[in-house]
Amino acid sequence: MIEYINQGSKDTRSGFGAGLTELGRTNPNVVALCADLIGSLKMDQFIEENPERFFQIGIAEANMIGIAAGLTIGGKIPFTGTFANFSTGRVYDQIRQSIAYSDKNVKICASHAGVTLGEDGATHQILEDIGLMKMLPGMTVINTCDYNQTKAATIAIADFEGPVYLRFGRPSVANFTPVDQKFEVGKGILLQEGSDVTIVATGHLVWEALEAAKILNDQGIKAEVINIHTIKPLDDEIILKSVAKTGCVVTAEEHNYLGGLGESVARVLSLNHPVPQEFIATQDTFGESGTPAQLMEKYGLNKDAIVSATQKVIKRK
Amino acid sequence: MQTQYSLEQIVSQVRRDILRMVHKVNSGHPGGSLGCTEFLVCLYNEVMDLKEGFDMDGINEDVFFLSNGHISPVFYSVLAHRGYFPVEELNTFRLINSRLQGHPTTHEGLPGIRMASGSLGQGLSVALGAAQAKKLNKDSHLVYTLLGDGELQEGQNWEAIMYAAGKKVDNIIATIDLNEKQIDGPTDVVMPMGDLSAKFISFGWDVLTVEDGNDLSQITAALKEAKSKTGKGKPICILLKTEMGNGVDFMMNTHAWHGKAPNDEQLESALAQNPETLGDY
Repeated sequence: MIEYINQGSKDTRSGFGAGLTELGRTNPNVVALCADLIGSLKMDQFIEENPERFFQIGIAEANMIGIAAGLTIGGKIPFTGTFANFSTGRVYDQIRQSIAYSDKNVKICASHAGVTLGEDGATHQILEDIGLMKMLPGMTVINTCDYNQTKAATIAIADFEGPVYLRFGRPSVANFTPVDQKFEVGKGILLQEGSDVTIVATGHLVWEALEAAKILNDQGIKAEVINIHTIKPLDDEIILKSVAKTGCVVTAEEHNYLGGLGESVARVLSLNHPVPQEFIATQDTFGESGTPAQLMEKYGLNKDAIVSATQKVIKRK
Repeated sequence: MQTQYSLEQIVSQVRRDILRMVHKVNSGHPGGSLGCTEFLVCLYNEVMDLKEGFDMDGINEDVFFLSNGHISPVFYSVLAHRGYFPVEELNTFRLINSRLQGHPTTHEGLPGIRMASGSLGQGLSVALGAAQAKKLNKDSHLVYTLLGDGELQEGQNWEAIMYAAGKKVDNIIATIDLNEKQIDGPTDVVMPMGDLSAKFISFGWDVLTVEDGNDLSQITAALKEAKSKTGKGKPICILLKTEMGNGVDFMMNTHAWHGKAPNDEQLESALAQNPETLGDY
Protein backbone atom coordinates (compact mmCIF):
# COMPACT_ATOMS: atom_id res chain seq x y z
CA MET A 1 0.00 0.00 0.00
CA ILE A 2 1.07 3.53 -0.63
CA GLU A 3 1.47 5.41 2.63
CA TYR A 4 0.01 8.92 2.47
CA ILE A 5 1.51 11.35 4.94
CA ASN A 6 -0.40 14.27 6.41
CA GLN A 7 1.98 17.17 5.86
CA GLY A 8 0.15 19.14 8.54
CA SER A 9 -3.59 19.71 8.69
CA LYS A 10 -4.95 22.85 7.09
CA ASP A 11 -8.31 24.11 5.87
CA THR A 12 -9.12 23.83 2.17
CA ARG A 13 -10.36 27.44 2.10
CA SER A 14 -6.83 28.57 2.90
CA GLY A 15 -5.73 26.64 -0.18
CA PHE A 16 -8.19 28.74 -2.15
CA GLY A 17 -6.81 31.91 -0.62
CA ALA A 18 -3.24 30.87 -1.45
CA GLY A 19 -4.20 29.99 -5.01
CA LEU A 20 -5.99 33.29 -5.47
CA THR A 21 -2.97 35.16 -4.14
CA GLU A 22 -0.76 33.42 -6.67
CA LEU A 23 -3.20 34.23 -9.48
CA GLY A 24 -3.11 37.85 -8.40
CA ARG A 25 0.62 37.83 -9.05
CA THR A 26 0.58 35.87 -12.29
CA ASN A 27 -2.67 36.60 -14.14
CA PRO A 28 -3.63 40.28 -14.54
CA ASN A 29 -7.12 39.36 -15.76
CA VAL A 30 -8.12 37.64 -12.54
CA VAL A 31 -10.48 39.73 -10.40
CA ALA A 32 -12.16 38.75 -7.14
CA LEU A 33 -15.54 39.53 -5.63
CA CYS A 34 -16.80 38.88 -2.13
CA ALA A 35 -20.09 39.31 -0.29
CA ASP A 36 -18.84 40.35 3.15
CA LEU A 37 -16.84 37.21 3.97
CA ILE A 38 -13.26 38.15 3.12
CA GLY A 39 -11.77 36.59 6.26
CA SER A 40 -13.73 33.35 5.95
CA LEU A 41 -12.70 32.95 2.31
CA LYS A 42 -9.05 33.86 3.02
CA MET A 43 -9.02 36.55 0.35
CA ASP A 44 -7.09 39.11 2.43
CA GLN A 45 -3.72 38.68 0.76
CA PHE A 46 -5.12 39.00 -2.79
CA ILE A 47 -6.96 42.16 -1.75
CA GLU A 48 -3.87 43.66 -0.10
CA GLU A 49 -1.80 43.08 -3.21
CA ASN A 50 -4.49 43.93 -5.80
CA PRO A 51 -6.96 46.40 -4.26
CA GLU A 52 -8.09 47.63 -7.68
CA ARG A 53 -8.97 44.10 -8.76
CA PHE A 54 -11.18 43.36 -5.77
CA PHE A 55 -14.90 44.14 -5.55
CA GLN A 56 -16.58 44.16 -2.16
CA ILE A 57 -20.26 43.70 -2.95
CA GLY A 58 -21.67 43.65 0.56
CA ILE A 59 -24.34 41.19 1.65
CA ALA A 60 -25.93 40.99 -1.79
CA GLU A 61 -25.06 37.69 -3.45
CA ALA A 62 -27.47 38.06 -6.36
CA ASN A 63 -25.84 41.34 -7.32
CA MET A 64 -22.42 39.72 -6.92
CA ILE A 65 -23.23 36.99 -9.43
CA GLY A 66 -24.52 39.54 -11.95
CA ILE A 67 -21.52 41.84 -11.55
CA ALA A 68 -19.21 38.85 -12.00
CA ALA A 69 -21.01 37.96 -15.24
CA GLY A 70 -20.63 41.53 -16.49
CA LEU A 71 -16.94 41.70 -15.60
CA THR A 72 -16.23 38.94 -18.13
CA ILE A 73 -17.21 41.36 -20.90
CA GLY A 74 -13.87 42.96 -21.48
CA GLY A 75 -11.83 39.87 -20.65
CA LYS A 76 -11.73 39.68 -16.87
CA ILE A 77 -11.81 36.31 -15.09
CA PRO A 78 -13.97 36.84 -12.00
CA PHE A 79 -13.69 34.64 -8.89
CA THR A 80 -16.64 35.06 -6.54
CA GLY A 81 -16.25 34.07 -2.91
CA THR A 82 -18.85 33.31 -0.28
CA PHE A 83 -20.24 30.31 1.61
CA ALA A 84 -21.47 27.40 -0.52
CA ASN A 85 -25.06 27.97 0.55
CA PHE A 86 -25.03 31.60 -0.56
CA SER A 87 -22.99 30.72 -3.67
CA THR A 88 -25.62 28.35 -5.04
CA GLY A 89 -29.08 27.96 -3.54
CA ARG A 90 -29.52 31.64 -2.82
CA VAL A 91 -28.56 32.70 -6.34
CA TYR A 92 -29.55 29.74 -8.48
CA ASP A 93 -31.46 31.69 -11.09
CA GLN A 94 -28.79 34.39 -11.32
CA ILE A 95 -26.19 31.68 -12.00
CA ARG A 96 -28.51 29.90 -14.40
CA GLN A 97 -29.34 32.90 -16.59
CA SER A 98 -26.50 35.40 -16.18
CA ILE A 99 -23.62 32.88 -16.01
CA ALA A 100 -24.48 29.40 -17.30
CA TYR A 101 -26.95 30.23 -20.09
CA SER A 102 -24.98 33.37 -20.92
CA ASP A 103 -21.75 31.33 -21.24
CA LYS A 104 -19.82 33.57 -18.87
CA ASN A 105 -16.33 32.65 -17.70
CA VAL A 106 -17.02 33.04 -13.97
CA LYS A 107 -15.45 30.94 -11.20
CA ILE A 108 -17.91 30.48 -8.34
CA CYS A 109 -15.75 29.64 -5.33
CA ALA A 110 -17.64 28.28 -2.37
CA SER A 111 -16.37 27.68 1.13
CA HIS A 112 -18.03 26.15 4.19
CA ALA A 113 -19.72 23.42 2.16
CA GLY A 114 -21.35 20.50 3.93
CA VAL A 115 -21.85 19.57 7.58
CA THR A 116 -18.19 20.24 8.49
CA LEU A 117 -19.05 23.91 8.65
CA GLY A 118 -19.99 22.79 12.15
CA GLU A 119 -21.57 24.79 14.93
CA ASP A 120 -23.45 27.34 12.78
CA GLY A 121 -25.87 24.56 11.92
CA ALA A 122 -28.13 23.64 9.04
CA THR A 123 -28.97 27.15 7.79
CA HIS A 124 -25.39 27.36 6.57
CA GLN A 125 -24.57 23.69 5.87
CA ILE A 126 -25.62 23.16 2.30
CA LEU A 127 -25.73 19.50 1.23
CA GLU A 128 -27.47 20.09 -2.09
CA ASP A 129 -25.02 22.37 -3.90
CA ILE A 130 -23.27 19.74 -6.02
CA GLY A 131 -26.63 18.64 -7.37
CA LEU A 132 -27.76 22.20 -8.06
CA MET A 133 -24.59 23.05 -9.92
CA LYS A 134 -24.11 19.84 -11.86
CA MET A 135 -27.61 20.13 -13.33
CA LEU A 136 -26.70 23.40 -15.03
CA PRO A 137 -25.67 22.81 -18.66
CA GLY A 138 -22.05 23.78 -19.21
CA MET A 139 -21.16 24.08 -15.53
CA THR A 140 -17.99 22.33 -14.35
CA VAL A 141 -18.18 21.11 -10.74
CA ILE A 142 -15.06 20.56 -8.61
CA ASN A 143 -14.81 19.49 -4.95
CA THR A 144 -11.22 19.41 -3.74
CA CYS A 145 -9.89 17.23 -0.93
CA ASP A 146 -7.14 19.16 0.84
CA TYR A 147 -5.19 22.41 1.02
CA ASN A 148 -2.67 21.59 -1.70
CA GLN A 149 -5.28 20.36 -4.15
CA THR A 150 -7.55 23.34 -3.53
CA LYS A 151 -4.68 25.72 -4.21
CA ALA A 152 -3.79 23.85 -7.40
CA ALA A 153 -7.41 23.76 -8.56
CA THR A 154 -7.90 27.48 -7.92
CA ILE A 155 -4.90 28.25 -10.10
CA ALA A 156 -5.91 25.77 -12.79
CA ILE A 157 -9.48 27.00 -13.29
CA ALA A 158 -8.25 30.48 -14.25
CA ASP A 159 -6.95 28.93 -17.47
CA PHE A 160 -10.03 26.75 -17.97
CA GLU A 161 -12.55 28.49 -20.23
CA GLY A 162 -16.12 28.36 -18.95
CA PRO A 163 -18.11 28.59 -15.74
CA VAL A 164 -16.78 26.56 -12.80
CA TYR A 165 -18.19 25.76 -9.37
CA LEU A 166 -15.27 25.16 -6.97
CA ARG A 167 -16.37 23.70 -3.64
CA PHE A 168 -14.26 23.55 -0.50
CA GLY A 169 -14.67 23.72 3.25
CA ARG A 170 -14.05 25.27 6.61
CA PRO A 171 -12.35 22.73 8.91
CA SER A 172 -8.72 21.85 9.20
CA VAL A 173 -8.18 18.51 7.45
CA ALA A 174 -5.22 16.31 6.51
CA ASN A 175 -3.05 17.85 3.79
CA PHE A 176 -1.60 14.90 1.92
CA THR A 177 -1.53 15.56 -1.83
CA PRO A 178 1.69 16.85 -3.47
CA VAL A 179 2.61 20.49 -2.92
CA ASP A 180 3.15 21.39 -6.54
CA GLN A 181 0.68 19.04 -8.19
CA LYS A 182 -0.63 19.75 -11.64
CA PHE A 183 -4.41 19.96 -11.45
CA GLU A 184 -6.25 18.55 -14.43
CA VAL A 185 -9.95 19.39 -14.58
CA GLY A 186 -11.97 16.24 -15.23
CA LYS A 187 -9.20 13.77 -14.42
CA GLY A 188 -9.68 11.42 -11.49
CA ILE A 189 -6.63 10.39 -9.48
CA LEU A 190 -5.87 6.79 -8.55
CA LEU A 191 -4.55 7.01 -5.01
CA GLN A 192 -4.47 3.39 -3.92
CA GLU A 193 -4.52 0.23 -6.01
CA GLY A 194 -6.68 -2.68 -4.92
CA SER A 195 -8.71 -5.57 -6.29
CA ASP A 196 -11.70 -6.11 -3.99
CA VAL A 197 -13.60 -2.83 -4.02
CA THR A 198 -13.42 0.61 -5.64
CA ILE A 199 -13.87 3.53 -3.29
CA VAL A 200 -14.70 6.68 -5.24
CA ALA A 201 -14.44 9.72 -2.97
CA THR A 202 -14.57 13.49 -3.29
CA GLY A 203 -13.71 16.43 -1.03
CA HIS A 204 -13.15 15.79 2.67
CA LEU A 205 -14.10 12.12 2.20
CA VAL A 206 -10.95 11.33 0.20
CA TRP A 207 -8.74 11.25 3.30
CA GLU A 208 -11.38 9.21 5.12
CA ALA A 209 -11.34 6.76 2.21
CA LEU A 210 -7.57 6.36 2.49
CA GLU A 211 -7.88 5.76 6.24
CA ALA A 212 -10.65 3.24 5.59
CA ALA A 213 -8.44 1.45 3.04
CA LYS A 214 -5.81 0.94 5.76
CA ILE A 215 -8.37 -0.63 8.12
CA LEU A 216 -9.71 -2.79 5.29
CA ASN A 217 -6.20 -3.88 4.37
CA ASP A 218 -5.74 -5.18 7.92
CA GLN A 219 -8.91 -7.21 7.35
CA GLY A 220 -7.46 -8.61 4.13
CA ILE A 221 -9.62 -6.44 1.84
CA LYS A 222 -7.70 -4.66 -0.90
CA ALA A 223 -9.45 -1.37 -1.65
CA GLU A 224 -8.78 0.74 -4.71
CA VAL A 225 -9.19 4.44 -3.86
CA ILE A 226 -9.96 7.06 -6.49
CA ASN A 227 -10.03 10.80 -5.82
CA ILE A 228 -12.74 12.32 -7.99
CA HIS A 229 -12.15 16.04 -7.56
CA THR A 230 -14.14 16.87 -10.69
CA ILE A 231 -17.71 15.63 -10.38
CA LYS A 232 -18.68 17.15 -13.72
CA PRO A 233 -17.40 16.29 -16.23
CA LEU A 234 -16.91 12.92 -14.55
CA ASP A 235 -13.87 10.79 -15.38
CA ASP A 236 -15.87 7.73 -16.53
CA GLU A 237 -12.79 5.93 -17.73
CA ILE A 238 -10.93 5.72 -14.43
CA ILE A 239 -14.07 4.45 -12.67
CA LEU A 240 -14.95 1.83 -15.32
CA LYS A 241 -11.39 0.58 -15.49
CA SER A 242 -11.37 0.08 -11.74
CA VAL A 243 -14.75 -1.67 -11.42
CA ALA A 244 -13.78 -4.02 -14.24
CA LYS A 245 -11.22 -5.28 -11.74
CA THR A 246 -13.04 -4.94 -8.40
CA GLY A 247 -16.68 -5.55 -9.31
CA CYS A 248 -18.18 -3.22 -6.68
CA VAL A 249 -18.15 0.43 -5.63
CA VAL A 250 -18.51 2.62 -2.59
CA THR A 251 -18.98 6.32 -3.33
CA ALA A 252 -18.22 8.84 -0.58
CA GLU A 253 -19.13 12.51 -0.38
CA GLU A 254 -20.18 15.20 2.08
CA HIS A 255 -23.46 15.81 0.28
CA ASN A 256 -26.96 14.46 -0.02
CA TYR A 257 -27.06 11.13 -1.88
CA LEU A 258 -29.66 12.79 -4.11
CA GLY A 259 -27.85 14.80 -6.75
CA GLY A 260 -24.33 14.02 -5.61
CA LEU A 261 -21.26 12.18 -6.84
CA GLY A 262 -22.81 8.79 -6.05
CA GLU A 263 -25.67 9.30 -8.47
CA SER A 264 -23.29 10.43 -11.20
CA VAL A 265 -21.20 7.28 -10.67
CA ALA A 266 -24.32 5.11 -10.63
CA ARG A 267 -25.33 6.46 -14.02
CA VAL A 268 -21.95 5.64 -15.53
CA LEU A 269 -22.10 2.14 -14.10
CA SER A 270 -25.67 1.41 -15.15
CA LEU A 271 -24.90 2.51 -18.70
CA ASN A 272 -21.66 0.58 -19.01
CA HIS A 273 -20.94 -1.95 -16.30
CA PRO A 274 -23.58 -2.45 -13.61
CA VAL A 275 -22.08 -3.53 -10.27
CA PRO A 276 -23.27 -3.25 -6.64
CA GLN A 277 -22.82 0.24 -5.17
CA GLU A 278 -23.12 1.68 -1.66
CA PHE A 279 -23.51 5.40 -1.02
CA ILE A 280 -21.65 7.24 1.73
CA ALA A 281 -23.59 10.50 1.78
CA THR A 282 -26.22 12.24 3.86
CA GLN A 283 -29.61 10.57 3.60
CA ASP A 284 -31.90 13.35 2.39
CA THR A 285 -31.58 15.32 5.61
CA PHE A 286 -30.49 18.72 6.87
CA GLY A 287 -27.46 18.97 9.12
CA GLU A 288 -27.29 20.45 12.64
CA SER A 289 -24.89 22.10 15.08
CA GLY A 290 -21.91 20.17 16.40
CA THR A 291 -18.20 19.78 15.85
CA PRO A 292 -17.14 18.63 12.37
CA ALA A 293 -15.97 15.25 13.75
CA GLN A 294 -19.21 14.68 15.65
CA LEU A 295 -21.27 15.55 12.58
CA MET A 296 -19.22 13.34 10.26
CA GLU A 297 -19.80 10.47 12.64
CA LYS A 298 -23.49 11.12 13.22
CA TYR A 299 -24.23 11.48 9.50
CA GLY A 300 -22.16 8.45 8.55
CA LEU A 301 -19.46 10.30 6.64
CA ASN A 302 -16.21 8.97 8.15
CA LYS A 303 -13.76 6.10 7.68
CA ASP A 304 -15.78 3.76 9.88
CA ALA A 305 -18.84 4.29 7.71
CA ILE A 306 -16.77 3.60 4.60
CA VAL A 307 -15.44 0.37 6.12
CA SER A 308 -18.98 -0.83 6.93
CA ALA A 309 -20.25 0.09 3.48
CA THR A 310 -17.35 -1.77 1.89
CA GLN A 311 -18.02 -4.93 3.86
CA LYS A 312 -21.66 -4.71 2.80
CA VAL A 313 -21.02 -4.06 -0.88
CA ILE A 314 -18.52 -6.92 -1.17
CA LYS A 315 -21.17 -9.34 0.11
CA ARG A 316 -23.50 -8.13 -2.64
CA LYS A 317 -21.06 -9.06 -5.42
CA MET B 1 -21.49 52.77 -41.00
CA GLN B 2 -24.41 54.95 -39.93
CA THR B 3 -27.58 54.31 -41.82
CA GLN B 4 -28.74 56.89 -44.38
CA TYR B 5 -32.27 56.75 -43.06
CA SER B 6 -33.80 59.17 -40.59
CA LEU B 7 -34.61 57.99 -37.09
CA GLU B 8 -38.32 58.41 -37.90
CA GLN B 9 -37.99 56.10 -40.89
CA ILE B 10 -36.18 53.47 -38.82
CA VAL B 11 -38.81 53.72 -36.09
CA SER B 12 -41.60 53.06 -38.56
CA GLN B 13 -39.81 50.04 -40.01
CA VAL B 14 -38.94 48.62 -36.59
CA ARG B 15 -42.59 48.88 -35.56
CA ARG B 16 -43.59 46.95 -38.68
CA ASP B 17 -40.96 44.31 -37.92
CA ILE B 18 -42.21 43.92 -34.33
CA LEU B 19 -45.80 43.51 -35.46
CA ARG B 20 -44.99 41.07 -38.24
CA MET B 21 -42.64 39.00 -36.03
CA VAL B 22 -45.14 38.46 -33.24
CA HIS B 23 -48.02 37.97 -35.67
CA LYS B 24 -46.21 35.25 -37.58
CA VAL B 25 -45.62 33.05 -34.53
CA ASN B 26 -48.70 34.26 -32.66
CA SER B 27 -46.56 34.94 -29.59
CA GLY B 28 -44.17 37.48 -28.16
CA HIS B 29 -44.44 40.89 -26.53
CA PRO B 30 -45.48 43.76 -28.82
CA GLY B 31 -46.68 46.27 -26.19
CA GLY B 32 -43.40 46.95 -24.40
CA SER B 33 -41.48 46.57 -27.67
CA LEU B 34 -43.47 49.35 -29.34
CA GLY B 35 -43.15 51.50 -26.23
CA CYS B 36 -39.34 51.33 -26.36
CA THR B 37 -38.89 51.55 -30.13
CA GLU B 38 -37.97 55.23 -30.27
CA PHE B 39 -35.55 54.82 -27.37
CA LEU B 40 -33.65 51.86 -28.80
CA VAL B 41 -33.59 53.30 -32.33
CA CYS B 42 -32.17 56.53 -30.96
CA LEU B 43 -29.67 54.76 -28.68
CA TYR B 44 -28.23 52.50 -31.36
CA ASN B 45 -28.31 54.93 -34.28
CA GLU B 46 -27.64 58.30 -32.68
CA VAL B 47 -26.00 57.88 -29.31
CA MET B 48 -23.88 54.78 -28.80
CA ASP B 49 -20.30 54.69 -30.01
CA LEU B 50 -20.08 51.27 -31.64
CA LYS B 51 -17.19 49.51 -33.31
CA GLU B 52 -17.87 48.53 -36.87
CA GLY B 53 -17.34 44.84 -37.46
CA PHE B 54 -19.37 43.84 -34.39
CA ASP B 55 -16.71 41.54 -32.91
CA MET B 56 -18.56 41.50 -29.57
CA ASP B 57 -15.47 41.66 -27.35
CA GLY B 58 -17.01 44.73 -25.72
CA ILE B 59 -13.74 46.64 -25.57
CA ASN B 60 -13.39 50.27 -26.69
CA GLU B 61 -17.04 50.71 -27.54
CA ASP B 62 -20.26 51.47 -25.72
CA VAL B 63 -22.20 48.40 -24.67
CA PHE B 64 -25.88 47.86 -23.97
CA PHE B 65 -27.75 45.30 -21.86
CA LEU B 66 -31.47 44.66 -22.19
CA SER B 67 -32.71 43.58 -18.78
CA ASN B 68 -36.42 43.30 -19.64
CA GLY B 69 -35.70 40.60 -22.20
CA HIS B 70 -39.31 40.03 -23.20
CA ILE B 71 -39.16 43.06 -25.48
CA SER B 72 -36.85 41.01 -27.69
CA PRO B 73 -38.76 41.91 -30.94
CA VAL B 74 -37.70 45.55 -30.78
CA PHE B 75 -34.16 44.60 -29.72
CA TYR B 76 -33.74 42.15 -32.59
CA SER B 77 -35.11 44.55 -35.18
CA VAL B 78 -32.94 47.44 -34.01
CA LEU B 79 -29.82 45.22 -33.92
CA ALA B 80 -30.52 43.83 -37.39
CA HIS B 81 -31.03 47.26 -38.95
CA ARG B 82 -27.88 48.48 -37.21
CA GLY B 83 -25.94 45.71 -38.96
CA TYR B 84 -25.37 43.07 -36.28
CA PHE B 85 -27.02 40.32 -38.31
CA PRO B 86 -29.06 40.00 -41.54
CA VAL B 87 -32.49 41.61 -41.40
CA GLU B 88 -33.94 38.51 -43.11
CA GLU B 89 -33.18 36.54 -39.95
CA LEU B 90 -36.04 38.38 -38.19
CA ASN B 91 -38.18 35.92 -40.11
CA THR B 92 -36.99 33.15 -37.74
CA PHE B 93 -38.15 34.84 -34.52
CA ARG B 94 -39.24 32.21 -31.96
CA LEU B 95 -39.00 29.38 -34.49
CA ILE B 96 -37.18 26.16 -33.76
CA ASN B 97 -33.42 26.21 -34.51
CA SER B 98 -33.41 30.02 -34.55
CA ARG B 99 -30.82 32.34 -33.05
CA LEU B 100 -33.73 34.68 -32.27
CA GLN B 101 -35.05 32.96 -29.18
CA GLY B 102 -38.21 34.12 -27.42
CA HIS B 103 -35.99 35.93 -24.95
CA PRO B 104 -32.51 37.12 -25.96
CA THR B 105 -29.58 34.81 -25.36
CA THR B 106 -25.88 34.62 -26.09
CA HIS B 107 -26.26 30.87 -26.27
CA GLU B 108 -27.03 30.70 -29.98
CA GLY B 109 -24.29 33.18 -30.86
CA LEU B 110 -26.50 35.99 -32.15
CA PRO B 111 -24.31 39.10 -32.57
CA GLY B 112 -25.41 42.05 -30.48
CA ILE B 113 -26.55 40.06 -27.47
CA ARG B 114 -24.18 40.16 -24.48
CA MET B 115 -26.21 38.28 -21.89
CA ALA B 116 -29.35 36.23 -21.60
CA SER B 117 -32.32 38.07 -20.13
CA GLY B 118 -35.91 37.20 -19.49
CA SER B 119 -35.82 36.20 -15.87
CA LEU B 120 -36.22 39.75 -14.61
CA GLY B 121 -34.05 41.83 -12.33
CA GLN B 122 -30.59 40.71 -13.43
CA GLY B 123 -29.54 43.17 -16.13
CA LEU B 124 -28.46 46.09 -13.98
CA SER B 125 -26.02 43.92 -12.02
CA VAL B 126 -24.47 42.57 -15.21
CA ALA B 127 -24.24 46.08 -16.65
CA LEU B 128 -22.47 47.22 -13.47
CA GLY B 129 -19.93 44.43 -13.89
CA ALA B 130 -19.28 45.50 -17.45
CA ALA B 131 -18.92 49.10 -16.27
CA GLN B 132 -16.37 48.03 -13.65
CA ALA B 133 -14.48 46.07 -16.32
CA LYS B 134 -14.33 49.22 -18.45
CA LYS B 135 -12.80 51.14 -15.58
CA LEU B 136 -10.20 48.39 -15.04
CA ASN B 137 -9.43 48.41 -18.77
CA LYS B 138 -9.15 52.23 -18.77
CA ASP B 139 -11.85 52.18 -21.44
CA SER B 140 -13.73 55.48 -21.33
CA HIS B 141 -16.77 54.16 -23.20
CA LEU B 142 -20.13 53.85 -21.48
CA VAL B 143 -22.47 51.08 -20.43
CA TYR B 144 -26.19 51.44 -21.13
CA THR B 145 -29.00 49.30 -19.84
CA LEU B 146 -32.78 49.28 -20.11
CA LEU B 147 -35.08 47.96 -17.39
CA GLY B 148 -38.83 47.67 -17.17
CA ASP B 149 -40.59 49.60 -14.41
CA GLY B 150 -42.43 46.52 -13.17
CA GLU B 151 -39.07 44.79 -13.14
CA LEU B 152 -37.95 47.11 -10.35
CA GLN B 153 -40.12 45.00 -8.05
CA GLU B 154 -37.32 42.41 -8.18
CA GLY B 155 -35.11 42.90 -5.13
CA GLN B 156 -31.82 42.33 -6.93
CA ASN B 157 -32.25 45.72 -8.63
CA TRP B 158 -32.07 47.47 -5.30
CA GLU B 159 -28.88 45.63 -4.39
CA ALA B 160 -27.48 46.89 -7.68
CA ILE B 161 -28.84 50.43 -7.27
CA MET B 162 -27.20 50.63 -3.82
CA TYR B 163 -23.93 49.24 -5.15
CA ALA B 164 -23.76 51.57 -8.15
CA ALA B 165 -24.00 54.70 -6.04
CA GLY B 166 -22.00 53.35 -3.10
CA LYS B 167 -19.12 52.34 -5.35
CA LYS B 168 -19.40 55.42 -7.59
CA VAL B 169 -19.99 53.55 -10.83
CA ASP B 170 -20.35 56.70 -12.91
CA ASN B 171 -19.91 55.22 -16.39
CA ILE B 172 -23.38 53.69 -16.56
CA ILE B 173 -26.68 55.09 -17.84
CA ALA B 174 -29.64 52.98 -16.74
CA THR B 175 -32.98 53.76 -18.35
CA ILE B 176 -36.27 52.72 -16.79
CA ASP B 177 -39.14 52.10 -19.22
CA LEU B 178 -41.76 53.87 -17.17
CA ASN B 179 -44.96 52.73 -18.88
CA GLU B 180 -46.68 52.15 -15.53
CA LYS B 181 -48.04 48.82 -16.69
CA GLN B 182 -47.24 45.17 -16.03
CA ILE B 183 -48.88 41.85 -16.86
CA ASP B 184 -51.53 41.92 -14.17
CA GLY B 185 -52.41 45.60 -14.63
CA PRO B 186 -51.17 49.09 -13.72
CA THR B 187 -48.04 49.03 -11.56
CA ASP B 188 -49.84 51.25 -9.08
CA VAL B 189 -52.38 48.49 -8.54
CA VAL B 190 -50.15 45.42 -8.76
CA MET B 191 -47.37 46.79 -6.55
CA PRO B 192 -47.18 50.53 -6.04
CA MET B 193 -43.56 51.62 -6.18
CA GLY B 194 -44.01 55.19 -5.03
CA ASP B 195 -41.81 58.01 -6.24
CA LEU B 196 -39.11 56.29 -8.31
CA SER B 197 -37.24 59.52 -8.93
CA ALA B 198 -37.00 60.19 -5.20
CA LYS B 199 -35.95 56.59 -4.60
CA PHE B 200 -33.08 56.73 -7.09
CA ILE B 201 -31.99 60.14 -5.82
CA SER B 202 -32.03 58.97 -2.22
CA PHE B 203 -29.84 56.02 -3.19
CA GLY B 204 -27.35 58.52 -4.65
CA TRP B 205 -28.11 58.47 -8.36
CA ASP B 206 -28.37 61.38 -10.76
CA VAL B 207 -31.87 61.20 -12.26
CA LEU B 208 -33.27 62.62 -15.50
CA THR B 209 -36.95 62.37 -16.36
CA VAL B 210 -38.22 62.28 -19.95
CA GLU B 211 -41.85 63.36 -20.01
CA ASP B 212 -42.48 61.93 -23.48
CA GLY B 213 -40.33 58.88 -23.85
CA ASN B 214 -41.66 58.27 -27.34
CA ASP B 215 -40.46 61.63 -28.64
CA LEU B 216 -37.18 61.24 -30.50
CA SER B 217 -35.94 64.75 -29.79
CA GLN B 218 -36.66 64.45 -26.07
CA ILE B 219 -34.92 61.07 -25.96
CA THR B 220 -31.87 62.34 -27.83
CA ALA B 221 -31.62 65.39 -25.60
CA ALA B 222 -31.92 63.27 -22.44
CA LEU B 223 -29.30 60.75 -23.57
CA LYS B 224 -26.91 63.55 -24.47
CA GLU B 225 -27.46 65.22 -21.13
CA ALA B 226 -26.99 61.86 -19.38
CA LYS B 227 -23.68 61.37 -21.19
CA SER B 228 -22.53 64.78 -20.03
CA LYS B 229 -23.24 63.74 -16.44
CA THR B 230 -21.10 60.61 -16.53
CA GLY B 231 -17.67 60.54 -14.92
CA LYS B 232 -18.79 62.70 -12.02
CA GLY B 233 -19.00 60.10 -9.29
CA LYS B 234 -22.67 59.17 -9.70
CA PRO B 235 -24.54 56.58 -11.76
CA ILE B 236 -27.18 58.07 -14.08
CA CYS B 237 -30.82 57.02 -14.29
CA ILE B 238 -33.24 58.10 -17.02
CA LEU B 239 -36.91 57.72 -16.12
CA LEU B 240 -38.43 57.34 -19.56
CA LYS B 241 -42.20 57.85 -19.51
CA THR B 242 -43.40 55.75 -22.43
CA GLU B 243 -46.68 54.61 -23.88
CA MET B 244 -46.97 50.86 -24.19
CA GLY B 245 -47.99 49.88 -27.72
CA ASN B 246 -47.01 53.28 -29.09
CA GLY B 247 -47.68 53.81 -32.79
CA VAL B 248 -50.61 51.42 -32.98
CA ASP B 249 -53.81 53.08 -31.81
CA PHE B 250 -55.56 50.02 -30.45
CA MET B 251 -52.50 48.83 -28.54
CA MET B 252 -52.04 52.09 -26.63
CA ASN B 253 -53.42 53.01 -23.19
CA THR B 254 -53.79 49.38 -22.14
CA HIS B 255 -51.63 46.57 -20.80
CA ALA B 256 -53.61 44.06 -22.87
CA TRP B 257 -50.88 43.80 -25.52
CA HIS B 258 -48.05 43.02 -23.12
CA GLY B 259 -47.74 39.45 -24.35
CA LYS B 260 -50.34 39.05 -27.07
CA ALA B 261 -49.97 38.97 -30.84
CA PRO B 262 -52.35 40.71 -33.26
CA ASN B 263 -54.61 38.62 -35.52
CA ASP B 264 -54.63 39.08 -39.32
CA GLU B 265 -57.08 41.97 -39.28
CA GLN B 266 -55.37 43.71 -36.40
CA LEU B 267 -52.02 43.32 -38.12
CA GLU B 268 -53.36 44.92 -41.27
CA SER B 269 -54.70 47.88 -39.32
CA ALA B 270 -51.46 48.23 -37.33
CA LEU B 271 -49.25 48.08 -40.41
CA ALA B 272 -51.39 50.68 -42.15
CA GLN B 273 -50.47 53.07 -39.36
CA ASN B 274 -46.73 52.48 -39.87
CA PRO B 275 -45.49 52.82 -43.45
CA GLU B 276 -42.80 50.59 -44.86
CA THR B 277 -39.62 52.66 -45.04
CA LEU B 278 -36.50 50.50 -45.14
CA GLY B 279 -38.25 47.52 -46.69
CA ASP B 280 -39.94 44.62 -44.93
CA TYR B 281 -37.72 41.62 -44.19
